[in-house]
Amino acid sequence: MSVEFVNPEFEVIRNDNRCIACRVCERQCANEVHLFDPDRGIILSDESKCVNCQRCVSLCPTRALKIVKNECRLRENANWSDSTIKEIYKQANSGGVLLSSMGNPNPLPVYWDKILINASQVTNPSIDPLREPMETKVFLGKKPDKITRNEDGSLNCELLTQLELSMPVMFSAMSYGSISYNAHASLARASKELGIFYNTGEGGLHEDFYCYGENTIVQVASGRFGVYEDYLEAGAAVEIKMGQGAKPGIGGHLPGAKIVGDVSRTRMIPEGSDAISPAPHHDIYSIEDLRQLVFSLKEATEYKKPIIVKVAAVHNIAAIASGIARSGADIIAIDGFRGGTGAAPTRIRDNVGIPIELALASVDQRLRDEGIRNNVSLVVGGSIRSASDVVKAIALGADACYIATAAVLALGCHLCRTCQTGKCNWGIATQRPELVKRLNPDMGAERLVNLMTAWQHEIKELMGGMGINSIESLRGNRLMLRGIGLTEKELEILGISHAGE
Amino acid sequence: MKLEGQVRIPSGCAIAAVISKEGSRMSGEMITNAMKPMHDRSNGLGGGFAGYGIYPEYKDFYAMHFFFNDRAARKDCEVFLKERFEIVQSERIKTRKIPAITDEPVIWRYFLSPLKSVLTSMQMDEKEFVANTIVKINTEFKGSYVFSSGKNMGAFKAVGFPEDVGEFYRLEEYEGYSWTAHGRYPTNTPGWWGGAHPFTILDYSIVHNGEISSYDANRRFIEMFGYKCNLQTDTEVIAYIMDYLLRVQKLTLEEAAEVIAAPFWSTIADKSESERKKLTYLRTVYSSLLITGPFSIVFGFNGGLMALNDRLKLRSMVVGEKNDKVFIASEEAAIRVMEPDVSKIYAPAGGEPVIVRLKEGTF
Repeated sequence: MSVEFVNPEFEVIRNDNRCIACRVCERQCANEVHLFDPDRGIILSDESKCVNCQRCVSLCPTRALKIVKNECRLRENANWSDSTIKEIYKQANSGGVLLSSMGNPNPLPVYWDKILINASQVTNPSIDPLREPMETKVFLGKKPDKITRNEDGSLNCELLTQLELSMPVMFSAMSYGSISYNAHASLARASKELGIFYNTGEGGLHEDFYCYGENTIVQVASGRFGVYEDYLEAGAAVEIKMGQGAKPGIGGHLPGAKIVGDVSRTRMIPEGSDAISPAPHHDIYSIEDLRQLVFSLKEATEYKKPIIVKVAAVHNIAAIASGIARSGADIIAIDGFRGGTGAAPTRIRDNVGIPIELALASVDQRLRDEGIRNNVSLVVGGSIRSASDVVKAIALGADACYIATAAVLALGCHLCRTCQTGKCNWGIATQRPELVKRLNPDMGAERLVNLMTAWQHEIKELMGGMGINSIESLRGNRLMLRGIGLTEKELEILGISHAGE
Repeated sequence: MKLEGQVRIPSGCAIAAVISKEGSRMSGEMITNAMKPMHDRSNGLGGGFAGYGIYPEYKDFYAMHFFFNDRAARKDCEVFLKERFEIVQSERIKTRKIPAITDEPVIWRYFLSPLKSVLTSMQMDEKEFVANTIVKINTEFKGSYVFSSGKNMGAFKAVGFPEDVGEFYRLEEYEGYSWTAHGRYPTNTPGWWGGAHPFTILDYSIVHNGEISSYDANRRFIEMFGYKCNLQTDTEVIAYIMDYLLRVQKLTLEEAAEVIAAPFWSTIADKSESERKKLTYLRTVYSSLLITGPFSIVFGFNGGLMALNDRLKLRSMVVGEKNDKVFIASEEAAIRVMEPDVSKIYAPAGGEPVIVRLKEGTF
C-alpha cells in the first residue's frame, strides 16, 4: 500500500439504523464493495472498489445507502486537480494507458445549452399539436438532382432506397460485446415498435436479431467483425465506421475475456482472442479508397441499401464531409467529441475532436456552399441529450440524430463510466450472464419506447410553438435559433444570430 | 435601424388578382380600385401590382424595371447591361406626382435582348442568363435594383398604400389580360421601395399574404442553386422556389403546388397508389421546399395565374368567377369591387391550388 494507495473516489454511507443486513447490496454489487461480516452481523464496505453505479442504492429495501464523494481530499490546487494527481499515481503504479468509458465529462462548452429556440407571437400563429397534424417523419438518403419523366409525361418516381423514420432519432452504434444481448434485444424491439433504426455497432449481428433487420443498420468497421453476405443483406442500411467521437483516430479493443460464447460466434473470431479493430481501415488510406468500399458494399447489396459513412467530428470535418458526400455515400453520420464509448483511452476521449454543434453547423453550410446538401443526409450524434437538443440539431441542419448514451440511460445506466470493466451492475455493458439477466428486454424496450414517445411529443410542442408543422421545414432553419453568451466567432460558425438581434 | 435585406421583416398583407381567360385586356384601374376596401390590411409601407400582356409592342423583349438611387447608379449599371444586352428601348417610367407617394428613386424601364455571343460564351439558355444577370445586379450593384424582368409583363411598386401606388404609376394607362396586387403591412421596416411586392423573377411574379415559418430552411436550400435572397422576404424566397421548380426542375404547376403545400402524410396515405407514389416522391426529393406557416399567394406567369393557400389555410383567400374572368382576393369585398355581380364565389381549401390559364391561342 503506502505510496501506491490511491484515495477512493467515493464513500459508502450506510445508515445503521436502517440497515437490516439483508445482503441485497452484497449480492447486487459485481464490484464486491459490500461484504457481510457474519461475526458481527453487519455489512462492511470496501470503498476502493466502488464506481458509484447506484445499483445498491436503488435496490436497498430500507434506503439505508448513500454514495457520496469522498471528502478526504488532497490539498486543493487549481492547477493540479485531484483527478489529475490520482491519474499520475495510477500511471506510476501501472505503467499503463488510462482507460475511461462513456463521453467526455469535462466542463467544456455545451453549445446546445447556449442556443435558444424561437416561438410564434402575433404575426403568425403557433400550431397546437394536439389539434392539428404535426409531422416528424423523415427520409434519409440521397435525393436526385433532377427529375425524370416516363414516356407518358408522368414523373418517374423511382428513388434510391431511403430510410424512413417516424421521428428524426435513431439508436447509435453499440456493439454486441460492448453491450449485452439483452441490451441489443431491447434496442431492436424498441426500434421496430417505434419505426426507427438501431445500429449493430462493429460486433456483428446476433442470429436471434436478424428478424429485426428492417429496423437495423449493420456496421462495417475496421475489424470487419461478423461481416459477411447475410449480415449485409440483413440490415436496412450499411454503415461504414471510420471513426467515433469518443476516440477519433484510434480503433477499438474488446479484451479476450469478453469474447465468449455467442459474442465469439457473432464476431466470427475464436473464443478468448482479443478483438482488435485497427485504427484505420487498412483498405482505406484515402478518400478514393473510401469510394471503393462504398461501392463494394453497394455492389454486394445490389444498390438496395443506403450506405452511411460515420466519422468523428475533427478539425477539418467540413472538407472531410464534402469528400464523403462525393464518395457515393447516401448518409453521413458525424459523431461529436462528447459521444460515449464502452472504453477509450482517457487522454483521447478528453482531448481529441470537436463539439458536434460546431461540426454540424460547418458541415451543413459547406455542403450547401458546394450545392450538394441534397445529395446526402446528415445524422449527428455525440451527446444529444433531450428533445430540445434534437430540435436544435435539426434547425442547425441535421436530418436526424443518433442517440446512445440517452438510450442506455433509459435502460438503467447510471453513467458511472466504468463500462470497460465489464462488471455493469445494470446488465448493459457486460457479458456476465448473472448481470445480463438483470436487464429485462421487455422492460428495456418499453422504456426506450417511452423515452422516444416523450421526445416526440416534446419535439412536436416545440415545432408547433414555432408555427412549423413538418420537421422538414425545421431542417436547416437557423433563423429559429439564437445564441446566448457566445462570441462573434462562435455565432459565425453556428450561422445564427445572438439573442436580441 | 437596419434596412430591408439586412434584417428579416415579417409582414401581414392584402392581395388581389384578376384574369380574363379569353385574354381580353383590362386597364389597371380595376385592380387599383379592388385594393381600396382592403385599406386596413396595409399600413402604407408598401403596395404594388403586376400586369401581364401590358407591352404587346415589345413582347419579344425582356422588360426590365429598375429602381436606381441616382443617375450615377443608373449610368454605372447601364455600362454592365450593354455588355450583355442590346438595349432596344430605355425610358423613365411615367409617374404622377401625388402627395401620398414621396421619396421616389429613379424609376427606369429597359426593353432588352440578350447578346447571342455572350449567351454562347456563358453556355446558358436565355432565361437562365437573364436570371443570372438580375441576381448579379441586385447583389453587386449598389444603388441599382431590378424589380421586374419578364417579357410582356411588368411590376409596379412603391412605398405607400396600394391604391395610391396604382395612381402614382398611372396604371389606368396600361392594359393587361391579368393583374395582381398587393398591399403590405410590415411589422417593422423603414420602408424600402424594393421591399414592396410583387416580387418577380423573369415573368414569374408573387404577391403573398402571410409569414412563413419555414423561411430559413427554404432560403438556405434555394441558395444552393445560385439564388441570393437579398431582401430576406417570404415573397422573394417563394418566387425563387417557383422559378427553380418550374423553370429549372421543369415540374408542372400542379406538381410545384404539391411540393410547396404538400399534403400531410396521413392524406397521402389515403390516395391511390400512383398518386401516393408521386406525392411521396415529391415530398421526399424537395422536402426542403415545403412551405409551412400561413400564406396565401397569387403566382403570376405569362399565360396564367395560380392561387394557393398554405396547407392549414391560415390566411384568408377567396375566389370568384364571372364569365371568362376569375377574381382572387384576401377579402370578398375586393372581388365585389371588381365585379359586383360575381356569379360564383368560394374559398379554396388549404393546399388546393387554383390554376387559371388563358385559352389556347389567346396568348
